[in-house]
Amino acid sequence: MSVAPGAALASGYGARSPMQAFVRASLARGKVEILQYFRSREAVVFTLALPVVLLGLLASIFSGKIHGTNVRFSQLYTTGLLAGGLASTSFLNLAVAISGERENGGLKRLAGTPMPRTAYFVGKAIVVFVTCALETVVLLVFGHFLYGVSFPATLSRWAIFVWVTVLGAIAMSLVGIAVSSLARSQRSAAPVANLPLLVLEFMSGVFVPVTSLSKGLYSFAALFPLRWIAEGYRAALLPNYFQQVPNGGWDMGTAALVLGIWCVAGLALAARTFRWTGRGER
Amino acid sequence: MLLDMASDLVIEASGLRKSYKATLALDGVDLQMARGEVLSLLGPNGAGKTTTIEILEGYRRRDAGEARVLGEDPQRAGPAWRAKRGIVLQSCEDVVDLTVAECVDHFAQFYPDPARSEDVIAKVGLSAKSGARIRSLSGGQRRRLDVALGIIGRPELLFLDEPTTGFDPQARRQFWEVVRDLAREGTSILLTTHYLDEAEALADRVVVINRGRVVANGAPADLGGRQSAAAVVSWAGPNGPERERTDRPTALVRSLEERFGGEVPGLTVTRPTLEDIYLRLIGEVGGAADEAGMPEGAR
Repeated sequence: MSVAPGAALASGYGARSPMQAFVRASLARGKVEILQYFRSREAVVFTLALPVVLLGLLASIFSGKIHGTNVRFSQLYTTGLLAGGLASTSFLNLAVAISGERENGGLKRLAGTPMPRTAYFVGKAIVVFVTCALETVVLLVFGHFLYGVSFPATLSRWAIFVWVTVLGAIAMSLVGIAVSSLARSQRSAAPVANLPLLVLEFMSGVFVPVTSLSKGLYSFAALFPLRWIAEGYRAALLPNYFQQVPNGGWDMGTAALVLGIWCVAGLALAARTFRWTGRGER
Repeated sequence: MLLDMASDLVIEASGLRKSYKATLALDGVDLQMARGEVLSLLGPNGAGKTTTIEILEGYRRRDAGEARVLGEDPQRAGPAWRAKRGIVLQSCEDVVDLTVAECVDHFAQFYPDPARSEDVIAKVGLSAKSGARIRSLSGGQRRRLDVALGIIGRPELLFLDEPTTGFDPQARRQFWEVVRDLAREGTSILLTTHYLDEAEALADRVVVINRGRVVANGAPADLGGRQSAAAVVSWAGPNGPERERTDRPTALVRSLEERFGGEVPGLTVTRPTLEDIYLRLIGEVGGAADEAGMPEGAR
């Protein structure tokens, strides 16, 4: 298919309503986000492998069952790694990816088109949803077959598993979008986002059992979403008697409340701080 | 009558002012552009070209002045307006894992009445690379893809900001053909460039900006009285090269012909080049010496 030089470009589609335009642009964004993600194959393999490898390491260091229980260490660490994985695919990914797109002009280019601006965020939501679901499934399945991790035992535990994942991913994504505006460049975005994330991971019992955290530290972590995500996964995957250890209790009502508050606060923060052009422009 | 004239202008800007902190970037820029015109904005780095073009594109807010682009105020206009103008930005680094066709198709989805992707790809000369990942394209090819993304929405007005920076001469010539093609179809094109020959080759009219002000405005051939400026006639005399400035070069050449009894060895007749005029224009008001003091766009 070629065009004679000087020939005017012919129209490709008809005009559309604003709603059609929004749906079309959102689907286009989602498709491109997914394509871009899966085409950086090394990144996909290593991101998915990381929690599985970590679980393998932890399971080999702390093999067997937790003292006085019928639960494997791998089951406990899976809850933490699920929370950490969720934070990586939502919060960390968005903070780094968006600051990169802002720095390399991708955002500016999109802002120059008639794309409804919400469509960009729908695309991000789609890619976070897909990567998060994939990472969770890979960790659960490999954990199950390699390290004897058992799935949530009841339907209500599955329900907790799902809503904690969804609500947690939304809250963490919105905060990630806000943090992307904080970093000056993509190179600084990863350390800027990683420092608070690692601190929160340690305070929330992602890598160390909650029993070894001081009461004050663990209470402080209650201000942030990650602790409640980790607690939700424990509620979904551990037997009830785990609540009896220090810091062991799980309170899903408060978890829903705190995550909900972070969704609203994150949305407000992201909306206020989001920039389509680089720092110092506009 | 007045209304007719207004609708024939795709850009009307007057008294544009913009400061970045203590630095005055635009100090009252007036700019008009007719439908179908190819207008080139020239000026040294930091003169205010990018600030001007970004205000007109809708990326930047002005501090003062009036601007209407395609009949609307660019800092208030919505998606329908954005669909009518195209912007060619610096190269695509964000979607390098897509193929050329995927990328162009993707951007087509945002426009109410886009061109067919394969037509646009053919127009910018990338048909052979249609299935190639953007990562694998050369700099010139990426630039042509940028143009494809700028014109996929079939814009009435196209902004080209330093489109051929870093091109080899052959790639520049090919690129110029693409621009001429668009102009022939009636697309109005606002072009900023560092290359005087580029402005001369493409533009109907040139506006020179220096220190945030318009210092010259005219067809490339007449800019700064270029047409009527004295010509320089030079030739190889018996005792070495000779040259003479004259307002009547034809008469001088005729007298030389008589003196040499035929062919004049090494004869050339030159008027000042656009570059000579340009350098004089920006030199007159301080110009390039101030480059460091006024960062373009204050990034």
